[in-house]
Amino acid sequence: MIEIKELQKSFGKQQVLKGVNLVINEGEVTAIIGRSGGGKSVLLKHIVGLLKPERGNILIKGKDITKLKGSKLDEIRADIGVVFQGGALFDSMTVYDNVAFPLTEKIKLNKKEIYEKVIKALSDVGLQGMEYKYPAELSGGMRKRVALARALIAHPKIILFDEPTTGLDPILVRSIHKLIRDTQKLYGFTGLIISHEIPEIFEISDRVAMLHDGRIVAVGSPEEIQKSDNIIVKSFIMGIENWEEL
Amino acid sequence: MKGIIRYIGRKTIDLWLFLGKMFIFLIESLYHIFTPPFKFKNFLRQVRFFGNKSIIVVIFTGGFSGMVLALQGYYALNKFGAEALLGPVVALSLIRELGPVLCALMVTGRAGSAVTAEIGIMRITEQIDALTVMAVNPMKYIVVPNILAGIVTFPILTTIFDVVGIYGGYLVSVHALGLSEGTYFSQMELYVDMEDIRIGLYKSLSFGLLVTWICTFMGYYSGYGARGVSRATTNAVVLSSVVILLWDYMLGAFLL
Repeated sequence: MIEIKELQKSFGKQQVLKGVNLVINEGEVTAIIGRSGGGKSVLLKHIVGLLKPERGNILIKGKDITKLKGSKLDEIRADIGVVFQGGALFDSMTVYDNVAFPLTEKIKLNKKEIYEKVIKALSDVGLQGMEYKYPAELSGGMRKRVALARALIAHPKIILFDEPTTGLDPILVRSIHKLIRDTQKLYGFTGLIISHEIPEIFEISDRVAMLHDGRIVAVGSPEEIQKSDNIIVKSFIMGIENWEEL
Repeated sequence: MKGIIRYIGRKTIDLWLFLGKMFIFLIESLYHIFTPPFKFKNFLRQVRFFGNKSIIVVIFTGGFSGMVLALQGYYALNKFGAEALLGPVVALSLIRELGPVLCALMVTGRAGSAVTAEIGIMRITEQIDALTVMAVNPMKYIVVPNILAGIVTFPILTTIFDVVGIYGGYLVSVHALGLSEGTYFSQMELYVDMEDIRIGLYKSLSFGLLVTWICTFMGYYSGYGARGVSRATTNAVVLSSVVILLWDYMLGAFLL
């Protein structure tokens, strides 16, 4: 579904991605783990065309999105939903308008159809009755749920999650993870989650990739990653900064 | 010595890059004004925003500008017995010069800064990225409605400023300084031409474009964090104010 080949990106003199190679399979939830500042969010922004790499390609359904611009890139984006780190909800709009936004802007539906879809998406994420609240009136967890509802509403084939549980308490982390898993089963999207929630992330992923120092250093099932002999993976999972201590 | 030359060179290149970026931003905005889909609702919301934010301060400054012009004008004209010309002095000063300039400065401080801060916050909270990934062009959705609203509201607000200012001048001239009501308005009618009104209109139209261009640009490319947005807002207000005065002189010299 998504194939990333030798992706390289620098900001000034700092090279953030040094040749990322990764395949994300259709219908699966793939998690990318790694330390903060390791380039995970930068990688996600490349997949949705917000950043352009210096070298490398990203193939989505066979099309290299690093070469696409304008309406051709928008065509690919129509199949992708993104749940941003802070939710990126439009704070001048109500929850209803936020969730309805992809439908009102891109897909021409009548008001009744939009209403039904918004109510369904909000109930899928457990937020019935919150339609007319503003993002500022919601808790962090609720905002993430609204962001998920907005990403789900146009039924995209791919959803990218940029640290969807950062800043939430452990109970909310579990509940958001469960929500991602449940909605993935319900809608069947291909998911990519950027996270450093260890070990919770292993419960909801089909595959896990570890990004370290601008490269993917390990890929495998959650079990394989947890049993990995790779010293970088081991030290990250155990939360040890200096791997020589192992 | 080498260090100084290098510093000047780097600053010059930075300045040209900044101006180039601003110019491309303007061209892109103008392109999106004329290409569908048109965001009419957003445009109306911004017209309301500009008007709502600025109307009180425009009325207030307009009124007092007219009043002080009448006071000072009377003092000067009285010296050579030309008090009868107080009406035209107040009206011409307001319509040709003070109305467009002061109104633009007030709207910049009141609504322009708010536009920069709002767009800047949208940038740092990834709302602009969210628009892009939903295949909604942020230039079309955020920038163009602001620029169009500026072009429409600046002349309207300037007109209000002028009218209130002339009335303020009337209050001082007639009720405080004892000039006859007929003289104040009849002389004004005699000396103020359509050409003067047209010049004021051209100025306010161009200020509307300049201010919204600068304020949206600064917000769109604001730096990260609260400091980035606050710096962008300050820069937007300072640059807009300087450009208003500079452009006013250039336009004045050209149109006279």
